[in-house]
Amino acid sequence: MSARDEVLGRIRSALGAELPAVEVRRDYRTTDDRPLPELLDVLTDRLEDYRASVLRCAPDAVGATVAAALSSVPGDVVVAPGVPAAWRPDGAVEDDGRPAVDLTAFAATLTGVTVAVAETGTLVLDASPACGRRALSLLPDCLVCVVTADQVVGGVPEGLARLDPLRPLTMISGPSATSDIELQRVEGVHGPRTLLVVLVSD
Amino acid sequence: MKVALFATCLVDTIVPQVAHATAALLERLGHEVVVPPGQSCCGQMHVNTGYRREAVPIVANHVRAFAGAEAVVAPSGSCVASIHHQQAMVARRAGEHGLADEAEALAGRTYELSQFLVDVLGVTDVGAYYPHRVTYHPTCHSLRLLRVGDRPLQLLRAVRGLELVELPGAESCCGFGGTFAVKNADTSTAMLTDKMANVLSTHAEICTAGDASCLMHIGGGLSRLRSGTRTVHLAEILASTEQSTHPATPTDAVTPHQSTTPAIPR
Amino acid sequence: MTAVFLGIPTAPAGVGNLRGDRPFPDAARDALRDGQLRANLGHATTTIRGKRAGVVAEVPDWAELREAGRAIKAATMARLDEHLEELERQVTARGGTVHWARDAAEANRIVTELVQATGADEVVKVKSMATQEIGLNEALEAAGIAALETDLAELIVQLGDDKPSHILVPAIHKNRAEIREIFACTIPGVDPELTDDPRRLAMAAREHLRERFLRARVAVSGANFAVAETGTLAVVESEGNGRMCLTLPQTLITVMGIEKLVPTWRDLEVFLQLLPRSSTGERMNPYTSLWAGVTPGDGPQEFHLVLLDNGRTAVLADEVGREALHCIRCSACLNVCPVYERTGGHAYGSVYPGPIGAVLSPQLTGLSGGTAGNSASLPFASTLCGACYDVCPVAIDIPSILVHLRAEHVEAQERPGAEALAFRGLARAMSHPRLWRLAQRAAGLGRFLARGRPTLPAALPPPASAWTRTRDLPTPPRETFTQAWAREHSRASSRARPEHGA
Repeated sequence: MSARDEVLGRIRSALGAELPAVEVRRDYRTTDDRPLPELLDVLTDRLEDYRASVLRCAPDAVGATVAAALSSVPGDVVVAPGVPAAWRPDGAVEDDGRPAVDLTAFAATLTGVTVAVAETGTLVLDASPACGRRALSLLPDCLVCVVTADQVVGGVPEGLARLDPLRPLTMISGPSATSDIELQRVEGVHGPRTLLVVLVSD
Repeated sequence: MKVALFATCLVDTIVPQVAHATAALLERLGHEVVVPPGQSCCGQMHVNTGYRREAVPIVANHVRAFAGAEAVVAPSGSCVASIHHQQAMVARRAGEHGLADEAEALAGRTYELSQFLVDVLGVTDVGAYYPHRVTYHPTCHSLRLLRVGDRPLQLLRAVRGLELVELPGAESCCGFGGTFAVKNADTSTAMLTDKMANVLSTHAEICTAGDASCLMHIGGGLSRLRSGTRTVHLAEILASTEQSTHPATPTDAVTPHQSTTPAIPR
Repeated sequence: MTAVFLGIPTAPAGVGNLRGDRPFPDAARDALRDGQLRANLGHATTTIRGKRAGVVAEVPDWAELREAGRAIKAATMARLDEHLEELERQVTARGGTVHWARDAAEANRIVTELVQATGADEVVKVKSMATQEIGLNEALEAAGIAALETDLAELIVQLGDDKPSHILVPAIHKNRAEIREIFACTIPGVDPELTDDPRRLAMAAREHLRERFLRARVAVSGANFAVAETGTLAVVESEGNGRMCLTLPQTLITVMGIEKLVPTWRDLEVFLQLLPRSSTGERMNPYTSLWAGVTPGDGPQEFHLVLLDNGRTAVLADEVGREALHCIRCSACLNVCPVYERTGGHAYGSVYPGPIGAVLSPQLTGLSGGTAGNSASLPFASTLCGACYDVCPVAIDIPSILVHLRAEHVEAQERPGAEALAFRGLARAMSHPRLWRLAQRAAGLGRFLARGRPTLPAALPPPASAWTRTRDLPTPPRETFTQAWAREHSRASSRARPEHGA
C-alpha cells in the first residue's frame, strides 16, 4: 500500500464512521466602519510602532516625497516594473528580471502595494507589476512602499478578502526584526533594515 | 436558608477548624447549617492522579450524602471546581448516566464559600473583625476554573481591622497541584519558594486563600522556614469577631488572639 | 477508541526528537539547580507574557476569534482525509509535487533523496518544528548534506551544539552574554569587538548567513498553514530568513504535519490574527510568505510538499486527546506555565516542551508499555493550574487532556503498583462512610508521631518524605470536624440523612 493510502486509511479509521459536523461561527469583526482618515492614522501609528518611517503626501507629491526619502540613501534604486513613472526618482533602474541575487547591488527598492491593513500595520505585496517579484522587496537594504488611501482597510479579514490566494504574497509589517534574544524585539536582520512608507491621500 | 456543609476530606481530617469556622460564619449570618454525616471526598485527587474509574464510587457516595440538599457550600475552590467540572464527566465515561445527571444537578446547587456569600446571600460585609496585616493568594482553581474573581477581596476589604496588602505575582501557582507536590517534589518546591518569597515581601502576618490544600502547602513551607508568617483560611478570617470564640468551635483558631502561634495550627 | 485498538502506529523510536531518556522529575531536578537558566527563563517569559497580554487586550473580539479558531480546527480534523486530498490536488495543479510520509524515517528519506537529486550538498533551512521533530538535520548529515539553520535562535542552538528548548525561541535558555560567547567562538571571522548588544548580535548573524542565502540551491521549510481549497502555503516569520529561503533557491522542500491545514482561504483571517499576538506578542509578525505551487519567474521553480504523519493519526484516534492536534505552535502556553518557567524546555526531552508538549509528545510516541524514557511522566508534569488553557488561542483544554492521559497511563498498567493499590483502598474507604471514619481515625493516629508538636517530623518514610523534605505537615487533630459536629449535634433532627441505597 502506498504511504498516501496508508495515511488516509489511518485517518479514516481514527475518525470512525460517524463524522461529527462542526459549526464554525464567525462572530468576529469582518468590517471596520471607521472613517478613512482615522484608518490612515491607525496605519501610521502601527507602522511607526514597528520603527518604520511614514511620510504622508498628496497624490501629486509622491515623486517628490519618494525622492526626498531616498536622498539620504547612498546607492542605486531599483523599482518594480509597474511603478508609475511619476513616482520614480531620477536614475532609478527598472527591475529587468536579472538573476535575483544580483539585486543585492541595489541600495533601495521602490514598489507599490496591493492592500494595507491599518490595525496591524501590514502591507501586502502580491508580485503584480506594481509590487514586483518577491526578491525585489527582500534583498536591497531599504524598502520604500507607496500606499494609496484606497488600498487601506481596517482589519485582517478585509485585507485577505482583497487578495488572490494563488499569487505569491508577502505580508510586511515593519522592517525585518527578531525577538530571539531574551524575547526583546530588535529591528533589522536579514530582510530590509529600513522600511519607508509613503502614504498618499488627498 | 438551610445550608449543607461539605467540609472536604482534607479539611475534615487535617484542618477541621476551617469547617468549624465556615459553620460558625454561616450560622452567624442567620442560616441553618447541616453536616451530612455520609460525606467524604469529591473524588478530585483520584481523577487528577489518573484513577478516574476508582473515582466513580466516590462521586456516587458524594451524591448520596448530599441528596436533597437545597444548597451545598464548601470552603474549597478546587473541590467545588471538581464537583462542577469532573464528577459528571467521570460518571458518564464509566457509563453511569443516571449518576452523571444527579452529579450535574447537585453541582448546580454547590457553591464555593465566597461565591455563596457574595452571589447567593448577597453579602460582602459579614461583620468580621480581624486586626492583622493580610495578603491574599487567589489559588488557581478558584481563579481559573471557578472564576471567583474579586469576591474574596470584596469580603476581606469589609473586615474591620484587617489591613489587606497586595501579593506580587498573585496569579502564579504555588506549586501544590495535588500529587504533583510529591511526584514532582523538586519543581513543586521551586514554585513554592517563589510564592513564599512574594508572600514574605509583603510583610504580611497572614497569607489567606479559599483553598485549604494550597494553604497547607504554602503554610508548610513557611513553617519549615520558621518565618512567622502563616496561612489562615478565608473562612477563619470571616468567622472572626471581637467576641470570644464561637461556642461551637472547639479550637481558638478563629479569634484574633492568634498572631504568635505557628503557621501550622495546633 | 484508541490507536492501539485500531492498530494505528505511533511515532517510531530511534529516529527524531520526541523522546527524552529520563523521566521528567529527574531531568527537572538538574535544570532547577541551574541558576543561570532559571534567571534567563524568568526574564524572558516575564517579558513575553506582558507583551502578549497587552496586544491581546486591545482586540475587542478576541473571544470570538478564539472560538472561531477552535471550531475551524475541529471542523478540519473531522474531515481531515478529504481536506488533505483537496490540498494535494491543488498543490499538484499549480506545479508542486506532494509526497506522503508515514513516519519520521520515511520523511527523512524522501527529503534526502530530493536533495540528492539536485546534486546539492548544502541546504538552508527555515525554522520548522516538523523537521526538528523528525531529526532531519541528522539524517541529512548522515547522507553528507549540510543543513544550515537560518533562524537566529536555531542558529544559536546549532552553533552551540545545543538542543532547542522552546517552540518559538529555541534558544530562550541562553542570555545575550552566552549568545555573544557562542558567536565569538564559532562564527569564522566574526568581529573580535562583538558585544552582547542584541542588535550587534543580530548583525553578526546577518553577515554570517548572507552569502549562504545567495548561493543556496535548495531550501527546506516547514509550514504554519496550508489552505486546502487553494493549495496555498504560509510561513510566518520575523527576520527575513524565511523569505530568503522561500524565494532565492531553485528548489523548495516543505515538510508539514498533516494537521496543519485549514479548509479555506478565509480561515487564515482568523489564524493570522491569533498567531502573532499569542506568539511574539506583536500585532503582526514582520513577514508572512504565502505561495501556491510554482510561479514562473518568481521564486523556486521546483516545489515539493511532504505531508507527515509520524503519530498524528494515532493522536487523532483519541477522542479527548485529538484536540492537541489543533495547536498552531504559538508557545503562549509555555510562556505562562509555572513549571516550564522553572525547568525550561530540555527537561521535557522533546522538541515540543511545556504544557502542549506534555500532551502532544506522549501521544505522538505512545504512553504505554514498559518502555524506558519519559513519555509516561509528561502528563504528570503539571499542577493543572489552568494558565495554559486561558492563553491558548485555539482554546485547547490542556489540563483536561493531561488528566485524561494520566488515566490512560494508569489504565494501561497490566499489574497494579503500590500507588494503584493505595488509591483503590482509599477509593473504597471514601465511598463507604463507615470505612472512611475508620480511615480518618487511623490518619489521626499520626499525631502520636508529633509527640505534642504542632507539626509532624520532617523525617518520614516515602512517599510522605517527598512532602516533608521541604514542607512541614500539620499534626492531625484529635477529632475530625464531622466527628466533633456529630458529638455536638447529637440530636439528629438537623442532619440530612442518606436515604438512597448504593
